[in-house]
Amino acid sequence: MIGEGLQSTNQRKHSYVKDHVEVGFFTDPTVCIGCKACEVACKEWNEVPDDGFTWSGNSYDNTGHLGASTWRHVMFLEQDRAKGNQVAGPMSLDQDPFRWVFLSDVCKHCEEAGCLEACPTGSIVRTETSTVFVQDDVCNGCGYCVVSCPFGVIDRRPSPLPDAGGAFKCTFCYDRQKSGLVPACAKVCPTESIVFGRLDDLRAQGAKRVQQLQEAGYSDAQLYDPTETSVGGIHAFFLILGEPEAYGLPPEPQVPTIYLKSAWTAAFATAIASIIATLVAFAFSS
Amino acid sequence: MDAPASEKRLEQLREKAWQEGVVPGRGVDVIGGPIPRKPGYYGEPVVKPPVWTWEVPLYFFFGGIAGMSAVIALGAILFHHIDVARAAMWLAAIAGAIISPILLIMDLGRPHLFLNMLRVFKHRSAMSMGAWILTAFGACAVPGLIALELHAHQIFPGTLDQLLSFAAGIFIFGAAIFGTLLATYTGVLIGATAIPAWFLHRTLLPIHFGTAGLGSAAAVLELFGHRISALNFLGFYAAGIETALLIWLSVDKHGAADRAIHEHSSGWLIRIGEILNGPLALILRFFGLVPFAAVSFLIGALVSRFGWIAVGKVSGSDPESVFAAERY
Repeated sequence: MIGEGLQSTNQRKHSYVKDHVEVGFFTDPTVCIGCKACEVACKEWNEVPDDGFTWSGNSYDNTGHLGASTWRHVMFLEQDRAKGNQVAGPMSLDQDPFRWVFLSDVCKHCEEAGCLEACPTGSIVRTETSTVFVQDDVCNGCGYCVVSCPFGVIDRRPSPLPDAGGAFKCTFCYDRQKSGLVPACAKVCPTESIVFGRLDDLRAQGAKRVQQLQEAGYSDAQLYDPTETSVGGIHAFFLILGEPEAYGLPPEPQVPTIYLKSAWTAAFATAIASIIATLVAFAFSS
Repeated sequence: MDAPASEKRLEQLREKAWQEGVVPGRGVDVIGGPIPRKPGYYGEPVVKPPVWTWEVPLYFFFGGIAGMSAVIALGAILFHHIDVARAAMWLAAIAGAIISPILLIMDLGRPHLFLNMLRVFKHRSAMSMGAWILTAFGACAVPGLIALELHAHQIFPGTLDQLLSFAAGIFIFGAAIFGTLLATYTGVLIGATAIPAWFLHRTLLPIHFGTAGLGSAAAVLELFGHRISALNFLGFYAAGIETALLIWLSVDKHGAADRAIHEHSSGWLIRIGEILNGPLALILRFFGLVPFAAVSFLIGALVSRFGWIAVGKVSGSDPESVFAAERY
């Protein structure tokens, strides 16, 4: 936590991989300053290629969205007061027409991960720390994880970028974690808006922070952690002000495997009906 | 992505916003500003649209023909239509064991790693099940065809020929069973995803893909000159089901959540496909214009496969469809 200096979970060495501890990210936009150090650190450490520069004009965000070559993405929201429902602050309502929110988005590392379930090669696995990891040397680029992620995180990298054809997303710095190091984005975050640590500790810290903010007048502060849906909670969860839709986050994400039962039932029914129809057709024509 | 806008262009936009109050176009809408807001986060997609290209819908088409051809071969062999059975098995083997794998491998981002598909068996992944179904189908259809041809030409005498006839029966039965799954699993494949317009129609998709496969297989055999009443019956059956699905699709609307099926060019592809392999094929067949009905059905089956992939791209890029489907 901030103020703990080198003893913060963002700075000190750990043995979570060896001890099989569930880890997580807690990302708090209320202390984010939008410096994008997390984006830069992620790109540098993981050698994620440059995927081109486009000027979006959307506030200070020229990154756009998460993808095969963007594993951290700082969002810049410009919310009006009606939407934000914010009452506290140094300025009066008519002087301060909108609020500026920064949130560093990342792969959610779902409890029930759509990409992991969909992967036909076994390339996507769950690590010792319960994060979701893509083994690049196994991935054959079938693209099924891309449509199976309820958060639109993972994507197939197009040519001519290096390692094109495979699916990529945040690795939760699995390589760093194995050496007892903190993920690059959390390590560099100057305000500890991104906190890395044990998932249970972070959940408690997140709940406390929401309470603190609500007492301070941010009545729309809430945690974004869909534990009630079939996703079953996420390992990288967020504090948000307002509704998830404004952040491009699905309000009720579902892991697509819940649709399998009805789809396969229809498939089997069609299979049986086709066989019967064919047998009937030949039986009555001969 | 958009081309990088220059400072001059931004000045023009600011000028226009100042004068008119609104500026249409991407990347100029500040929430709370004078410019209309877009849904979600600056209209960015919430889920990722499919990265699949033309190979995948073409594979759906050929896989459907291959799988259901084996079913027709089974029916034909049971009721002693040996010529139809042979033609159907040739169709099954060529479309299912040669064309389909080639299309699937071409679609991969890393085609040289295609064998990794058979590295694991995951019943919760329709893609994994599909890879195994296609493999099992090929392993039945090719030996089934060889045994059937050797038997039909009476190459070997006596007991060996009886053995071949028995083997042909077993392999064709296997091909028919895996064939029905090959033709229908593709509907499960796209139905069990995070794309709203797909998962909202997850029961319709396998029925449509399977039935379109059956009708297409019968249509191809008819076009190759096998004009028998059994295939005509299957033509009526498939076109009838497709007509019912067209009605289902136009009644079972989910508003913004599945508007990609009813609007845009993707909606037109679905509509044209369904009309060609539904009512039009039915009417043509009713008036005895069998070859025209067969061609109409085949084109419809092909167009609607491309339509469903196009629907996935439109629906996956539309943040409002995701919100609408989840808040539904």
